Formats: sequence, C-alpha cells, structure tokens
Amino acid sequence: MQATLISEINEARAKRRPVAVVTGLGDHAQRLVTADNAGGDPLGEAISNRFRSGKSGIVTDENGEHFIQVYVPPPRLVIIGAVHISQALAPMARSCNFDVTVIDPRTAFATPERFAETKLIADWPEDVLKDAPLDAYTALAALTHDPKIDDIPLKAALEAGCFYVGALGSRKTHAKRAARLMEVGITQSQMDGIDAPIGMDIGAANPAEIAVAVLARVIEALRKAPLEQVAAA
Amino acid sequence: MSASNPSSHDALSVAQDWQSDGRKIALATVVETWGSAPRPAGSQLVIDDEGNFEGSVSGGCVEGAVVFEAVDAIESGVPKMLEFGVADETAWEVGLSCGGRIRIYVEPVTD
Repeated sequence: MQATLISEINEARAKRRPVAVVTGLGDHAQRLVTADNAGGDPLGEAISNRFRSGKSGIVTDENGEHFIQVYVPPPRLVIIGAVHISQALAPMARSCNFDVTVIDPRTAFATPERFAETKLIADWPEDVLKDAPLDAYTALAALTHDPKIDDIPLKAALEAGCFYVGALGSRKTHAKRAARLMEVGITQSQMDGIDAPIGMDIGAANPAEIAVAVLARVIEALRKAPLEQVAAA
Repeated sequence: MSASNPSSHDALSVAQDWQSDGRKIALATVVETWGSAPRPAGSQLVIDDEGNFEGSVSGGCVEGAVVFEAVDAIESGVPKMLEFGVADETAWEVGLSCGGRIRIYVEPVTD
C-alpha cells in the first residue's frame, strides 16, 4: 500500500466520508473508491452494498479475488433535548458503541451535573449542526416536544438521510408536526420515515424504559435496514 | 470497534504517524474468516521493521506470527497472504484455539 493512500483514507474518515480500498489479491493492485465514484467502478454494486452494511470482505470475479475494505464512519446518535429520557438513553447508547451528543439550548436542562459522561452542547441545534452536519451514519432522536427546538433538526435529519429519525410526542402532536414540516418542504414519504410515537412498542412506562424502546429502534434501523440513503449522500 | 473514539489509536492513524516519522512499516489486514474467528474482516495491524505493532487482527492469538511475517515483508517489499486455523498444526501452536480460521494479507507500505 502506498503511504499517500493511507493519508487519503484517514482524511476521508476524519470527514466522516465512507471510502473503500479494493485490493487485487492476485496482482496486489489497489484503488480507492468513494461513495460518489462507486457507480463507475467494476465492483461498484458490491462496494455500495458494503458501504451500507459496513462489512469488509472478499469478492471473486473472472480476474480473481478482490478484497474490499470499507471504512464507514462510526454510528452517531444525536439527541435533541437534555431531558430525563436522554439521561438514560445517552449512557446506554454509548455502551452500544454509539458516539452520542446531546444538544439543548435550555441551560437549565443542559447541565454537566445531569450529563456527567456525555458530550453535551448547550446551544441551538441549528447552530450546532452547522459545524457538525448530520449524515447517513447518524441517528437523531428529538425529545423536547418543543417545536422551536425539535423542528429544525428533524428537517435537517430527514434531508441528510439519517439512518434513524425519531420524535417524541403523541399522535396528535406528531400530526401537527407533520403539518409544519410539510409546509417547509418535507414530503409525506419523508414524514412516514419518522419513528413516532417514538420507540419500539414495549409498553414503556418511565423515562428509562422509553430510552430502551428508542435505542431498540435505533439499533434495528442500523442493523436490519442499514443506511439505505448512503449511496445518495 | 471503539466507535466513540475512532481515530486516535487505530492501525491506520498510527501507520500515518509512523510513516511520517520515517519508519519502515507494513499493514496486516484480516481478509477472510471462518468459524469463531476473534476479529472480523477488515481488522488491521500496523508493524514497523523493529517488530513494534499497534492494532489487532486476532485479539492476541496470532499477532506474534503476523509481526514476524510483516518484518519479512518490509525487507522483501512483497505482499503475502497468511492463513491460520486449527487444521494447521503451526497455527494451533501460535494459538488460534477458538476454533476459527483466518486469512491475513500482509503488505509493505511504500513511499
């Protein structure tokens, strides 16, 4: 492997861009493939599938064996709202290897005491997301039920193709939310992709149980229907 | 995979650091696994010509043998494929006792 290839891979990883290195195991030839140029690659379909699954492996064609090494960004969970559910959800998600960020502009909620081990940003989501944009390898859970705080990141998550988008609130709250978001350009099919009422239906009865229900849905989205949007991202 | 901290101690970040320090290095990558192999395809190890290494290809079972082969690949400049498994007596000795088999691609890093 050439040293320049290693720096290109590392640069892509730092920017959370999925890349693949294809190595001919017979001729030792190597090439870098990005999500943008996978379509033109002879192994494009196999590479795109591996971008979705995040799994590296060997494919065999008439030219022999090729090893496709994919580097996909680690999954992130962005939680909007430093609320009670978030206090339970953040550590559980971290133990499942998610890179967790909690965002809430309300400084009464977003205190280090309430979120000791968690990356917590006491600012408006729209300002935070400007510097750290959402992507297909990110899940977003909006938990404030305040439209002023939740709506903009929900719209951003749908537009970025986040692999999971969930929003807390009753069916009635969600219907109002749908009306607002569709006025600003979100389609019905995008709205249908939101997990609302949030979380798997396990009869969750308190914040910690709701956190379990939400995390179950996030993991399901990651593992069972992974990253459908990533090729387009 | 330490997803929460992806780029501080993984093999490729270390490889870039070592390379820019002028060290001669090789990469070892798990390309195929069967059975209960301890680390999935894509797991990587970086090795320098003095036998220092970072990363993991087997959770400690075969790293010693891989490092030995990698130092040889750095000298020869030629990539090679290694295979370890319980069917192979040597592999048993180096300790992939979990019952799995793995293929590892070892390649020198060139300027």
